[in-house]
Amino acid sequence: MRNDTWRPSARLEVLRARARLLGHIRGFFADAGVMEVETPIASRAATTDPALQSLQTSLSGTGTKDRTLYLHTSPELPMKRLLAAGSGPIFQICKVFRDGERGHLHHPEFTLLEWYRPSLGYRALMAEVADLVRCALDRPELSVQQLSYRELFLDHLGLDPLTADPKDLRRAAEGIPGSREMDLGRDGWLDLLLTHHIEAALGRGWLTFVYDYPPSQAALARIRKERVPVAERFELYLEGMELANGFQELTDPREQRRRFAADLDKRAANGLERLPEDLEFLAALEVGIPETAGVALGLDRLLMVATGSAHIDEVLAFPVEMA
Amino acid sequence: MASYSTNEFRSGLKIMLDGDPYVIVENEFVKPGKGQAFNRVRVKNLKTARVVEKTFKSGESVEAADVHYTQMQYLYNDGEIWYFMDPESYEQLSADAAAMGESVKWVKEQEMCGITLWNGSPLNIEPPNFVVLEITETDPGLKGDTSGGGGKPATLETGAVVRVPLFVQTGELIKVDTRSGEYVSRAKEE
Repeated sequence: MRNDTWRPSARLEVLRARARLLGHIRGFFADAGVMEVETPIASRAATTDPALQSLQTSLSGTGTKDRTLYLHTSPELPMKRLLAAGSGPIFQICKVFRDGERGHLHHPEFTLLEWYRPSLGYRALMAEVADLVRCALDRPELSVQQLSYRELFLDHLGLDPLTADPKDLRRAAEGIPGSREMDLGRDGWLDLLLTHHIEAALGRGWLTFVYDYPPSQAALARIRKERVPVAERFELYLEGMELANGFQELTDPREQRRRFAADLDKRAANGLERLPEDLEFLAALEVGIPETAGVALGLDRLLMVATGSAHIDEVLAFPVEMA
Repeated sequence: MASYSTNEFRSGLKIMLDGDPYVIVENEFVKPGKGQAFNRVRVKNLKTARVVEKTFKSGESVEAADVHYTQMQYLYNDGEIWYFMDPESYEQLSADAAAMGESVKWVKEQEMCGITLWNGSPLNIEPPNFVVLEITETDPGLKGDTSGGGGKPATLETGAVVRVPLFVQTGELIKVDTRSGEYVSRAKEE
C-alpha cells in the first residue's frame, strides 16, 4: 500500500481560506488601531485554571540548572503585563496548547486570537467581537442574539442556574445516560446540561452571546456585586460551537491572589500536581493594569464555520497524530 | 482488574458496563473551554448488538472487558450445542443457540468461523463471508415470473432459504453471501 500519511489533512483550498482569514483579522485590527504583539509560548509559570492542563518541555544551556517550562494555554497573563506597561489596546494570534484535549472540536494545539480593549467595557467588546467575526467571515449580515446565562437556562430548561441547588441540576440531567453514576459539583452539573442539552442549538444562523456567568465560573472575570452576584464574562456561540470567551478583566491584585489560591486548592483536590503560578503577572497587577475587557477566540473553529467543516482535522494541515 | 481511563477511549475498545461487555462505536470529547470535560460515547452491547449512548466524566476509569476474537473450525451440533475446534491446538469449545444467532443458517461442518470470546466463552459466531451449500429443495421447473427476475426460493442443506435464479436446481451447489443472505453464483464441489 502506498504511504499517504505525509499529506496534509486539510484541503489546500481550506489552507488558503485560513490565510485569507488571518489577513482579514490583521486588517480589522490595523483599521481599529490595535497593536499586534507576541508573548512567550514557553514560560516558567503553568496555568492555574483547574479545567486546563499545561504541556511541558525543558530548557537547558542558559547558565542555570535545567528547568521545566510550560507551554501557555492562553497568552492572557503576559498580555496583561503589557497592558500594565502601558501598551494600550493589543491583540495576538498564536498557537496555544492544552494537554488531554482531543475530539472533533478539540486539538491539543490550536490557534487563538486574543485581544484587550482598555477603553471598552465587556458589553461593548461583545459588539466588537461580532464586528470582527462578520469581517473575518465576510458575512456583514450576521445578526446578534444576546442572552444572559440565567436566561439561557430558564429558556431551555426552566431552571435558574444561579440559585438552583445541585439536587435540582442532577434531576434536570436525568435524561442524559450515565448521569446517575456521575459525581459532579454545581458547576459540573451546569456544564453537563449546557453541553448536552443547550449548546448544539446556539448560534444557528446568527451570533449568540451568552453573558453574566455564575461567580463560581468567573475564571479571571470581575464579579458584579448585585443581590445575586454575577461574573462579567461572556461566550460567543456560532453553529452550535463555543467560539470565544471574554471577560471584564479582574484588576484587583488581592482578589486575583485569592482566585489563584482557590484554583490551586481545586487542582490539589483533583489530585493534580502543584505547578508554579505567574508571579510576574501578580507583580504587574500590583502596579496596576487599566480597567479593560479582553477576549479569546478560537480561529480553527471560526475557520470550520467559514469552510463548512464538521471536524477540526479538516482545517488543520497536520493533526497531532500525523505531526 | 484491567481498566481504561476515558483518555484511552477510542472506537473498538471493549469495556464492561452494567455487567455486560460493550464495544465503543464512537467516542466524542466534549468540554466547555473553562469547564468540566466529558466523554460522550456510543457503545454496542456485544451480547444483544444494541447501540446506546452514555456520557462519562472525563478522567474516570471503566473496567476493561476481556473480549478476544479468534478463528475456529465448526465440528458438529447435537441440537442444543454447537462444537468448535482450534485446528492447531485441537482445543474445543461449545456455543449455545444465543451465541450462534443467525449463523446457524450458514455454517457447515469443517467451515472456519470467526468467534468473539468473552471471558473465554463464545459471545458471537461469525460465518465466513461466503459459503458453498447444496440446494436440498427448490421448485424444479422454469415456471414463475421470468420477466420480473425475482427467481424462486430454495432450501439449503443447513435449512436456510435463499432466492435463486430459475435455472438453478435441487442437488446443485451454490455460493451465498452470508452478510446479505443473497445468492452469488453456482459453485463447483471443492
